[in-house]
Amino acid sequence: MEISNLTKQRILDYLNEGKRFDSRNLEDFRKIEIEIGVSKNAEGSARVKFGNTEVIAGVKIATAEPYTDHEGEGTLMTTCELLPLSSPRFESGPPSIEAIEIARIVDRGVRESGFIDFGKLCIKEGEKVYSIMLDIYPLNEDGNMIDAAALACVVALKNAKMPKYDEKTGKIEFGKLTNKPIPLTDKTPLTITFHKIGKKIIVDPTREEEDTSEARVSMALFGKKEVMITAMQKGGEADLTEEELEKMLDLGVEKFKELSKLVYKAVGE
Amino acid sequence: MAYTKRFDGRKFDESRKMEAKVGVVKNADGSAMFRFGDTIAIAVVYGPKQMHPQHMQDPKRGLLRCNYDMLSFSVPERKRPGPNRRSQEIGKVTEWALSSVVDLESYPNTVVDVHIMILQANASTRCAGINAASMALASAGISMKELVSAVSIGKIDDKIVVDLIKEEEDYEDGEGATDMPMAFTKSGEITLLQLDGRIRPEELKEAVKIGKKACKEIYELQKKALRKMEEK
Repeated sequence: MEISNLTKQRILDYLNEGKRFDSRNLEDFRKIEIEIGVSKNAEGSARVKFGNTEVIAGVKIATAEPYTDHEGEGTLMTTCELLPLSSPRFESGPPSIEAIEIARIVDRGVRESGFIDFGKLCIKEGEKVYSIMLDIYPLNEDGNMIDAAALACVVALKNAKMPKYDEKTGKIEFGKLTNKPIPLTDKTPLTITFHKIGKKIIVDPTREEEDTSEARVSMALFGKKEVMITAMQKGGEADLTEEELEKMLDLGVEKFKELSKLVYKAVGE
Repeated sequence: MAYTKRFDGRKFDESRKMEAKVGVVKNADGSAMFRFGDTIAIAVVYGPKQMHPQHMQDPKRGLLRCNYDMLSFSVPERKRPGPNRRSQEIGKVTEWALSSVVDLESYPNTVVDVHIMILQANASTRCAGINAASMALASAGISMKELVSAVSIGKIDDKIVVDLIKEEEDYEDGEGATDMPMAFTKSGEITLLQLDGRIRPEELKEAVKIGKKACKEIYELQKKALRKMEEK
Protein backbone atom coordinates (compact mmCIF):
# COMPACT_ATOMS: atom_id res chain seq x y z
CA MET A 1 0.00 0.00 0.00
CA GLU A 2 2.92 2.33 -0.61
CA ILE A 3 1.91 5.64 -2.11
CA SER A 4 3.09 6.60 -5.59
CA ASN A 5 6.28 8.48 -6.32
CA LEU A 6 4.18 11.21 -7.88
CA THR A 7 2.36 11.79 -4.61
CA LYS A 8 5.65 11.79 -2.76
CA GLN A 9 7.08 14.38 -5.11
CA ARG A 10 3.96 16.50 -4.74
CA ILE A 11 4.18 16.31 -0.95
CA LEU A 12 7.82 17.40 -1.17
CA ASP A 13 6.98 20.28 -3.54
CA TYR A 14 4.24 21.45 -1.21
CA LEU A 15 6.48 21.29 1.84
CA ASN A 16 9.18 23.29 0.09
CA GLU A 17 6.59 26.03 -0.27
CA GLY A 18 5.70 25.59 3.40
CA LYS A 19 2.38 23.96 2.61
CA ARG A 20 0.63 20.65 3.31
CA PHE A 21 -2.25 18.91 1.51
CA ASP A 22 -4.61 19.55 4.41
CA SER A 23 -3.54 23.21 4.62
CA ARG A 24 -1.82 22.81 7.99
CA ASN A 25 1.41 24.52 8.90
CA LEU A 26 4.46 22.28 9.04
CA GLU A 27 4.50 22.17 12.83
CA ASP A 28 0.74 21.92 13.36
CA PHE A 29 -1.05 18.91 14.78
CA ARG A 30 -4.35 17.83 13.27
CA LYS A 31 -7.48 18.27 15.36
CA ILE A 32 -6.97 16.25 18.54
CA GLU A 33 -9.91 14.70 20.37
CA ILE A 34 -9.58 12.89 23.69
CA GLU A 35 -12.27 10.69 25.21
CA ILE A 36 -11.75 9.13 28.63
CA GLY A 37 -13.05 5.89 30.08
CA VAL A 38 -14.34 4.25 26.91
CA SER A 39 -14.32 0.68 28.17
CA LYS A 40 -16.21 -0.68 31.17
CA ASN A 41 -14.07 -3.77 31.69
CA ALA A 42 -10.72 -1.99 31.56
CA GLU A 43 -9.17 -0.50 34.70
CA GLY A 44 -8.65 2.61 32.61
CA SER A 45 -9.08 3.50 28.96
CA ALA A 46 -9.03 6.32 26.46
CA ARG A 47 -9.77 7.02 22.84
CA VAL A 48 -7.67 9.57 21.02
CA LYS A 49 -8.11 10.99 17.56
CA PHE A 50 -5.47 12.88 15.62
CA GLY A 51 -7.50 13.80 12.56
CA ASN A 52 -8.43 10.48 10.96
CA THR A 53 -6.07 8.47 13.13
CA GLU A 54 -8.04 6.88 15.94
CA VAL A 55 -6.42 4.90 18.74
CA ILE A 56 -7.72 3.25 21.88
CA ALA A 57 -5.55 2.34 24.81
CA GLY A 58 -6.57 0.28 27.80
CA VAL A 59 -5.05 -0.50 31.17
CA LYS A 60 -5.41 -3.90 32.82
CA ILE A 61 -3.86 -4.77 36.15
CA ALA A 62 -2.90 -8.21 37.44
CA THR A 63 -0.49 -9.58 40.00
CA ALA A 64 2.89 -10.91 39.00
CA GLU A 65 6.31 -11.80 40.31
CA PRO A 66 8.65 -8.80 40.42
CA TYR A 67 11.84 -8.69 38.38
CA THR A 68 14.79 -9.95 40.40
CA ASP A 69 16.62 -6.63 40.07
CA HIS A 70 13.58 -4.61 41.22
CA GLU A 71 12.06 -6.79 43.90
CA GLY A 72 10.00 -4.06 45.52
CA GLU A 73 8.51 -2.60 42.37
CA GLY A 74 5.51 -3.24 40.17
CA THR A 75 5.93 -4.00 36.50
CA LEU A 76 4.76 -2.47 33.25
CA MET A 77 4.13 -4.16 29.94
CA THR A 78 3.10 -2.29 26.82
CA THR A 79 1.82 -3.94 23.67
CA CYS A 80 0.49 -2.66 20.39
CA GLU A 81 -1.50 -4.67 17.89
CA LEU A 82 -1.81 -3.07 14.48
CA LEU A 83 -5.25 -4.41 13.71
CA PRO A 84 -5.91 -5.31 10.07
CA LEU A 85 -9.30 -3.67 10.53
CA SER A 86 -7.70 -0.26 10.99
CA SER A 87 -5.92 -0.12 7.66
CA PRO A 88 -5.50 -2.20 4.50
CA ARG A 89 -1.73 -1.96 5.16
CA PHE A 90 -1.88 -4.25 8.17
CA GLU A 91 -2.09 -8.01 8.02
CA SER A 92 -2.95 -10.54 10.69
CA GLY A 93 -0.12 -12.47 12.23
CA PRO A 94 2.50 -12.01 14.89
CA PRO A 95 3.29 -8.37 15.80
CA SER A 96 5.24 -6.60 13.08
CA ILE A 97 8.40 -4.65 13.88
CA GLU A 98 6.30 -1.52 13.38
CA ALA A 99 3.92 -2.57 16.17
CA ILE A 100 6.76 -3.60 18.44
CA GLU A 101 8.53 -0.28 17.96
CA ILE A 102 5.41 1.77 18.73
CA ALA A 103 4.86 -0.17 21.95
CA ARG A 104 8.49 0.14 22.98
CA ILE A 105 8.70 3.87 22.34
CA VAL A 106 5.49 4.46 24.30
CA ASP A 107 6.72 2.16 27.08
CA ARG A 108 10.02 4.00 27.43
CA GLY A 109 8.33 7.37 27.71
CA VAL A 110 6.02 6.16 30.45
CA ARG A 111 8.68 4.18 32.29
CA GLU A 112 11.67 6.52 32.17
CA SER A 113 9.77 9.68 33.08
CA GLY A 114 8.88 8.21 36.46
CA PHE A 115 5.20 8.80 35.73
CA ILE A 116 4.23 5.57 37.49
CA ASP A 117 5.33 5.17 41.09
CA PHE A 118 6.37 1.54 40.80
CA GLY A 119 7.44 1.34 44.45
CA LYS A 120 3.83 1.74 45.52
CA LEU A 121 2.78 -1.20 43.35
CA CYS A 122 4.50 -3.74 45.56
CA ILE A 123 2.32 -6.24 47.46
CA LYS A 124 5.05 -8.41 48.98
CA GLU A 125 8.65 -7.64 48.26
CA GLY A 126 10.37 -10.22 46.10
CA GLU A 127 7.19 -12.23 45.73
CA LYS A 128 4.21 -10.35 44.47
CA VAL A 129 3.62 -7.01 42.81
CA TYR A 130 0.99 -5.37 40.65
CA SER A 131 1.64 -5.60 36.96
CA ILE A 132 0.25 -2.90 34.71
CA MET A 133 -0.55 -3.86 31.18
CA LEU A 134 -1.00 -1.15 28.62
CA ASP A 135 -2.52 -2.26 25.33
CA ILE A 136 -2.74 -0.09 22.26
CA TYR A 137 -5.08 -0.62 19.32
CA PRO A 138 -5.63 1.59 16.29
CA LEU A 139 -9.19 1.69 14.99
CA ASN A 140 -8.33 3.79 11.97
CA GLU A 141 -4.73 4.40 11.02
CA ASP A 142 -3.79 7.57 9.18
CA GLY A 143 -0.25 8.31 10.31
CA ASN A 144 1.49 9.29 13.54
CA MET A 145 0.46 6.26 15.56
CA ILE A 146 3.33 6.83 17.99
CA ASP A 147 2.17 10.21 19.31
CA ALA A 148 -1.50 9.26 19.36
CA ALA A 149 -0.74 5.98 21.16
CA ALA A 150 1.49 7.66 23.75
CA LEU A 151 -1.14 10.27 24.50
CA ALA A 152 -3.90 7.65 24.73
CA CYS A 153 -1.81 5.59 27.14
CA VAL A 154 -1.10 8.52 29.44
CA VAL A 155 -4.77 9.48 29.58
CA ALA A 156 -5.80 5.83 30.12
CA LEU A 157 -3.35 5.58 33.03
CA LYS A 158 -4.71 8.77 34.56
CA ASN A 159 -8.21 7.36 34.17
CA ALA A 160 -7.38 3.97 35.69
CA LYS A 161 -8.52 2.63 39.06
CA MET A 162 -6.81 -0.11 41.02
CA PRO A 163 -8.64 -3.45 41.00
CA LYS A 164 -9.95 -5.05 44.18
CA TYR A 165 -7.37 -7.29 45.79
CA ASP A 166 -8.46 -10.03 48.17
CA GLU A 167 -5.84 -10.27 50.92
CA LYS A 168 -7.04 -13.71 52.04
CA THR A 169 -6.88 -15.49 48.71
CA GLY A 170 -4.11 -13.24 47.43
CA LYS A 171 -5.97 -12.78 44.17
CA ILE A 172 -7.46 -9.93 42.24
CA GLU A 173 -11.24 -9.94 42.03
CA PHE A 174 -11.59 -9.28 38.34
CA GLY A 175 -14.43 -7.01 37.37
CA LYS A 176 -14.34 -5.15 40.69
CA LEU A 177 -12.52 -1.86 40.83
CA THR A 178 -11.71 0.31 43.82
CA ASN A 179 -11.85 4.10 43.83
CA LYS A 180 -8.09 4.26 44.18
CA PRO A 181 -6.16 5.61 41.22
CA ILE A 182 -2.89 4.06 40.08
CA PRO A 183 0.05 5.64 41.97
CA LEU A 184 1.15 8.26 39.47
CA THR A 185 3.47 11.23 39.83
CA ASP A 186 3.13 14.68 38.29
CA LYS A 187 5.73 13.75 35.67
CA THR A 188 3.22 13.30 32.86
CA PRO A 189 5.16 12.21 29.76
CA LEU A 190 4.09 12.89 26.20
CA THR A 191 5.72 11.76 23.00
CA ILE A 192 6.22 13.98 19.98
CA THR A 193 7.60 12.72 16.70
CA PHE A 194 9.27 14.89 14.09
CA HIS A 195 9.62 13.78 10.52
CA LYS A 196 12.18 14.93 8.04
CA ILE A 197 11.03 15.21 4.45
CA GLY A 198 13.57 16.80 2.13
CA LYS A 199 14.93 19.72 4.12
CA LYS A 200 11.72 20.23 6.04
CA ILE A 201 10.69 19.12 9.51
CA ILE A 202 7.02 18.37 10.18
CA VAL A 203 4.93 17.04 13.04
CA ASP A 204 1.89 14.77 13.04
CA PRO A 205 2.19 13.31 9.53
CA THR A 206 -0.76 11.78 7.75
CA ARG A 207 -0.19 8.32 6.33
CA GLU A 208 0.87 9.78 2.97
CA GLU A 209 3.34 12.09 4.63
CA GLU A 210 4.69 9.33 6.84
CA ASP A 211 5.28 7.18 3.75
CA THR A 212 7.26 10.08 2.28
CA SER A 213 9.24 10.64 5.49
CA GLU A 214 12.97 10.03 5.21
CA ALA A 215 13.82 10.11 8.90
CA ARG A 216 12.04 10.68 12.17
CA VAL A 217 12.84 11.48 15.75
CA SER A 218 10.45 10.54 18.55
CA MET A 219 10.99 12.21 21.89
CA ALA A 220 9.17 11.75 25.17
CA LEU A 221 9.16 14.83 27.37
CA PHE A 222 7.83 15.65 30.81
CA GLY A 223 7.90 18.40 33.38
CA LYS A 224 5.62 21.22 34.40
CA LYS A 225 8.11 23.99 35.09
CA GLU A 226 11.22 22.67 33.45
CA VAL A 227 10.73 20.40 30.48
CA MET A 228 12.98 17.35 30.38
CA ILE A 229 13.59 14.75 27.69
CA THR A 230 13.13 11.23 28.97
CA ALA A 231 13.26 8.97 25.91
CA MET A 232 14.25 9.32 22.30
CA GLN A 233 14.51 7.33 19.15
CA LYS A 234 15.65 8.17 15.66
CA GLY A 235 14.08 6.13 12.91
CA GLY A 236 14.41 6.06 9.14
CA GLU A 237 17.35 5.92 6.80
CA ALA A 238 18.18 9.57 6.17
CA ASP A 239 20.66 11.38 8.36
CA LEU A 240 20.03 14.49 10.43
CA THR A 241 22.15 17.58 10.78
CA GLU A 242 22.93 18.94 14.19
CA GLU A 243 20.88 22.05 13.34
CA GLU A 244 17.89 19.89 12.49
CA LEU A 245 18.10 18.09 15.81
CA GLU A 246 18.36 21.41 17.66
CA LYS A 247 15.34 22.71 15.83
CA MET A 248 13.39 19.57 16.78
CA LEU A 249 14.35 19.94 20.43
CA ASP A 250 13.19 23.57 20.53
CA LEU A 251 9.98 22.75 18.75
CA GLY A 252 9.55 19.66 20.92
CA VAL A 253 9.35 21.70 24.10
CA GLU A 254 6.84 24.03 22.52
CA LYS A 255 4.67 21.20 21.19
CA PHE A 256 4.91 19.33 24.49
CA LYS A 257 3.41 22.30 26.31
CA GLU A 258 0.66 22.54 23.74
CA LEU A 259 -0.25 18.84 24.04
CA SER A 260 0.02 18.90 27.83
CA LYS A 261 -2.69 21.54 28.00
CA LEU A 262 -5.03 19.30 26.03
CA VAL A 263 -4.31 16.37 28.34
CA TYR A 264 -4.82 18.35 31.55
CA LYS A 265 -8.04 19.76 30.18
CA ALA A 266 -9.32 16.32 29.19
CA VAL A 267 -8.62 14.75 32.58
CA GLY A 268 -9.64 17.85 34.53
CA GLU A 269 -6.30 18.58 36.22
CA MET B 1 -34.98 -20.75 43.54
CA ALA B 2 -36.49 -20.73 40.10
CA TYR B 3 -35.41 -18.09 37.63
CA THR B 4 -38.44 -15.82 37.74
CA LYS B 5 -36.83 -12.43 37.26
CA ARG B 6 -33.86 -11.53 35.09
CA PHE B 7 -30.75 -10.09 36.72
CA ASP B 8 -31.12 -6.81 34.86
CA GLY B 9 -34.91 -6.66 35.15
CA ARG B 10 -35.64 -7.29 31.47
CA LYS B 11 -38.61 -9.27 30.23
CA PHE B 12 -37.69 -12.81 29.19
CA ASP B 13 -38.16 -12.00 25.51
CA GLU B 14 -36.54 -8.59 25.67
CA SER B 15 -33.13 -7.74 24.18
CA ARG B 16 -30.83 -5.28 25.86
CA LYS B 17 -30.76 -1.79 24.47
CA MET B 18 -29.41 -2.12 20.97
CA GLU B 19 -27.56 0.36 18.84
CA ALA B 20 -26.45 0.07 15.22
CA LYS B 21 -24.25 2.45 13.31
CA VAL B 22 -22.68 2.33 9.88
CA GLY B 23 -19.39 3.89 8.76
CA VAL B 24 -17.24 3.76 11.89
CA VAL B 25 -13.84 3.15 10.26
CA LYS B 26 -12.91 5.56 7.48
CA ASN B 27 -10.11 3.50 5.93
CA ALA B 28 -12.38 0.54 5.29
CA ASP B 29 -14.60 -0.21 2.29
CA GLY B 30 -17.47 -0.81 4.70
CA SER B 31 -17.84 -0.77 8.47
CA ALA B 32 -20.43 -0.93 11.22
CA MET B 33 -20.89 -1.05 14.97
CA PHE B 34 -23.51 -3.14 16.75
CA ARG B 35 -24.24 -3.01 20.43
CA PHE B 36 -26.28 -5.20 22.81
CA GLY B 37 -26.12 -3.25 26.09
CA ASP B 38 -22.50 -3.44 27.28
CA THR B 39 -21.42 -5.68 24.42
CA ILE B 40 -19.96 -3.61 21.61
CA ALA B 41 -18.70 -5.06 18.33
CA ILE B 42 -17.30 -3.35 15.28
CA ALA B 43 -16.94 -5.02 11.91
CA VAL B 44 -14.92 -3.79 9.00
CA VAL B 45 -14.84 -4.95 5.38
CA TYR B 46 -11.93 -4.74 2.97
CA GLY B 47 -12.58 -6.00 -0.53
CA PRO B 48 -13.40 -7.60 -2.79
CA LYS B 49 -9.69 -7.61 -3.55
CA GLN B 50 -7.44 -9.96 -5.41
CA MET B 51 -6.79 -13.14 -3.50
CA HIS B 52 -3.25 -13.83 -2.39
CA PRO B 53 -1.68 -16.35 -2.33
CA GLN B 54 -2.73 -16.99 -5.89
CA HIS B 55 -3.27 -20.73 -5.48
CA MET B 56 -6.18 -19.93 -3.20
CA GLN B 57 -7.98 -18.02 -5.93
CA ASP B 58 -11.19 -19.59 -7.12
CA PRO B 59 -12.13 -18.67 -10.70
CA LYS B 60 -15.74 -19.53 -9.95
CA ARG B 61 -16.33 -17.49 -6.83
CA GLY B 62 -14.87 -15.11 -4.32
CA LEU B 63 -13.95 -16.10 -0.80
CA LEU B 64 -15.38 -14.63 2.37
CA ARG B 65 -12.82 -14.53 5.16
CA CYS B 66 -13.90 -13.58 8.67
CA ASN B 67 -11.61 -12.74 11.47
CA TYR B 68 -12.92 -12.33 15.03
CA ASP B 69 -11.00 -11.09 18.04
CA MET B 70 -11.43 -9.14 21.26
CA LEU B 71 -9.50 -6.20 22.64
CA SER B 72 -7.32 -7.35 25.53
CA PHE B 73 -9.19 -5.04 27.90
CA SER B 74 -12.70 -5.82 26.64
CA VAL B 75 -13.09 -8.43 29.38
CA PRO B 76 -12.57 -8.29 33.18
CA GLU B 77 -9.51 -10.54 33.13
CA ARG B 78 -7.10 -9.40 30.40
CA LYS B 79 -7.19 -11.46 27.25
CA ARG B 80 -3.79 -12.07 25.72
CA PRO B 81 -3.59 -10.07 22.50
CA GLY B 82 -3.80 -12.02 19.28
CA PRO B 83 -5.95 -14.88 18.02
CA ASN B 84 -6.61 -18.03 20.02
CA ARG B 85 -8.60 -21.22 19.43
CA ARG B 86 -11.86 -19.64 20.54
CA SER B 87 -11.53 -16.59 18.31
CA GLN B 88 -10.54 -18.69 15.31
CA GLU B 89 -13.59 -20.90 15.68
CA ILE B 90 -15.88 -17.91 16.04
CA GLY B 91 -14.33 -16.41 12.91
CA LYS B 92 -15.14 -19.61 11.05
CA VAL B 93 -18.77 -19.92 12.21
CA THR B 94 -19.23 -16.23 11.41
CA GLU B 95 -18.01 -16.95 7.89
CA TRP B 96 -20.59 -19.72 7.58
CA ALA B 97 -23.28 -17.51 9.07
CA LEU B 98 -22.73 -14.89 6.36
CA SER B 99 -21.59 -16.86 3.30
CA SER B 100 -25.00 -17.91 2.10
CA VAL B 101 -26.30 -14.36 1.73
CA VAL B 102 -23.21 -12.95 0.01
CA ASP B 103 -23.25 -13.26 -3.76
CA LEU B 104 -19.71 -14.63 -3.97
CA GLU B 105 -20.15 -15.82 -7.58
CA SER B 106 -20.04 -12.17 -8.60
CA TYR B 107 -16.48 -11.81 -7.34
CA PRO B 108 -14.35 -14.60 -8.86
CA ASN B 109 -10.67 -14.77 -7.86
CA THR B 110 -11.15 -12.32 -5.02
CA VAL B 111 -11.39 -12.30 -1.28
CA VAL B 112 -13.63 -10.23 0.95
CA ASP B 113 -12.02 -9.71 4.33
CA VAL B 114 -14.28 -9.11 7.32
CA HIS B 115 -12.59 -8.12 10.57
CA ILE B 116 -14.67 -8.20 13.73
CA MET B 117 -13.37 -6.68 16.92
CA ILE B 118 -15.10 -6.77 20.28
CA LEU B 119 -14.48 -3.48 22.04
CA GLN B 120 -16.36 -4.36 25.20
CA ALA B 121 -17.78 -7.72 26.18
CA ASN B 122 -20.72 -8.86 28.26
CA ALA B 123 -21.83 -12.08 26.49
CA SER B 124 -23.36 -12.42 22.99
CA THR B 125 -20.22 -11.07 21.38
CA ARG B 126 -20.35 -13.35 18.35
CA CYS B 127 -23.95 -12.33 17.70
CA ALA B 128 -23.13 -8.64 17.96
CA GLY B 129 -20.18 -9.33 15.64
CA ILE B 130 -22.34 -11.05 13.04
CA ASN B 131 -24.90 -8.23 13.15
CA ALA B 132 -22.17 -5.66 12.63
CA ALA B 133 -20.49 -7.74 9.90
CA SER B 134 -23.73 -8.14 7.97
CA MET B 135 -24.20 -4.37 8.00
CA ALA B 136 -20.55 -3.73 7.16
CA LEU B 137 -20.81 -6.00 4.08
CA ALA B 138 -23.92 -4.17 2.92
CA SER B 139 -22.29 -0.79 3.53
CA ALA B 140 -19.28 -1.86 1.46
CA GLY B 141 -21.66 -2.34 -1.43
CA ILE B 142 -21.07 -6.09 -1.62
CA SER B 143 -23.82 -7.82 -3.56
CA MET B 144 -26.01 -9.62 -1.02
CA LYS B 145 -29.30 -11.46 -1.13
CA GLU B 146 -30.37 -10.21 2.26
CA LEU B 147 -29.08 -9.28 5.68
CA VAL B 148 -28.25 -11.70 8.48
CA SER B 149 -29.27 -11.02 12.08
CA ALA B 150 -28.05 -12.89 15.13
CA VAL B 151 -29.08 -13.20 18.75
CA SER B 152 -28.24 -15.45 21.64
CA ILE B 153 -31.15 -17.34 23.13
CA GLY B 154 -30.70 -18.92 26.51
CA LYS B 155 -32.43 -21.37 28.72
CA ILE B 156 -31.90 -20.26 32.28
CA ASP B 157 -33.24 -22.91 34.64
CA ASP B 158 -36.56 -23.60 32.85
CA LYS B 159 -37.03 -20.21 31.19
CA ILE B 160 -36.21 -19.34 27.60
CA VAL B 161 -34.66 -15.88 27.48
CA VAL B 162 -33.48 -13.55 24.75
CA ASP B 163 -29.98 -11.98 24.63
CA LEU B 164 -28.01 -13.43 27.54
CA ILE B 165 -25.71 -11.44 29.75
CA LYS B 166 -22.63 -12.88 31.46
CA GLU B 167 -24.41 -13.39 34.78
CA GLU B 168 -27.05 -15.50 33.05
CA GLU B 169 -24.47 -17.56 31.19
CA ASP B 170 -22.95 -18.40 34.57
CA TYR B 171 -26.29 -19.32 36.20
CA GLU B 172 -26.01 -22.65 37.98
CA ASP B 173 -29.25 -23.22 39.90
CA GLY B 174 -32.01 -25.56 38.77
CA GLU B 175 -31.36 -26.73 35.23
CA GLY B 176 -28.52 -24.25 34.86
CA ALA B 177 -27.78 -22.19 31.79
CA THR B 178 -27.90 -23.17 28.13
CA ASP B 179 -26.53 -20.71 25.63
CA MET B 180 -27.69 -20.83 22.02
CA PRO B 181 -26.29 -18.23 19.67
CA MET B 182 -28.24 -18.28 16.40
CA ALA B 183 -28.45 -16.29 13.22
CA PHE B 184 -31.20 -15.99 10.63
CA THR B 185 -31.42 -14.53 7.18
CA LYS B 186 -34.17 -11.98 6.68
CA SER B 187 -36.31 -14.71 5.10
CA GLY B 188 -35.88 -16.85 8.20
CA GLU B 189 -33.24 -19.40 7.23
CA ILE B 190 -30.86 -20.50 9.98
CA THR B 191 -27.22 -19.68 9.25
CA LEU B 192 -25.64 -20.05 12.70
CA LEU B 193 -26.53 -22.38 15.48
CA GLN B 194 -24.38 -23.29 18.42
CA LEU B 195 -25.38 -24.62 21.78
CA ASP B 196 -23.82 -25.42 25.05
CA GLY B 197 -25.68 -26.56 28.09
CA ARG B 198 -28.58 -29.00 28.38
CA ILE B 199 -31.96 -28.66 26.71
CA ARG B 200 -34.89 -30.83 25.63
CA PRO B 201 -35.58 -31.06 21.88
CA GLU B 202 -39.02 -29.46 22.32
CA GLU B 203 -37.48 -26.56 24.23
CA LEU B 204 -34.91 -26.06 21.50
CA LYS B 205 -37.66 -25.84 18.90
CA GLU B 206 -39.28 -23.19 21.03
CA ALA B 207 -35.96 -21.36 21.44
CA VAL B 208 -35.45 -21.20 17.67
CA LYS B 209 -38.92 -19.68 17.24
CA ILE B 210 -38.15 -17.06 19.86
CA GLY B 211 -34.78 -16.38 18.28
CA LYS B 212 -36.34 -15.86 14.88
CA LYS B 213 -38.75 -13.36 16.35
CA ALA B 214 -36.01 -11.48 18.20
CA CYS B 215 -33.97 -11.26 15.00
CA LYS B 216 -36.83 -9.46 13.23
CA GLU B 217 -36.35 -6.53 15.58
CA ILE B 218 -32.59 -6.63 15.04
CA TYR B 219 -33.10 -6.70 11.28
CA GLU B 220 -35.23 -3.55 11.43
CA LEU B 221 -32.52 -1.79 13.39
CA GLN B 222 -29.81 -2.87 10.91
CA LYS B 223 -31.95 -1.72 8.01
CA LYS B 224 -32.57 1.63 9.66
CA ALA B 225 -28.85 2.23 10.23
CA LEU B 226 -28.06 1.37 6.61
CA ARG B 227 -30.80 3.69 5.35
CA LYS B 228 -29.33 6.46 7.44
CA MET B 229 -26.01 5.94 5.69
CA GLU B 230 -27.70 6.14 2.28
CA GLU B 231 -29.30 9.42 3.18
CA LYS B 232 -25.94 10.97 3.98
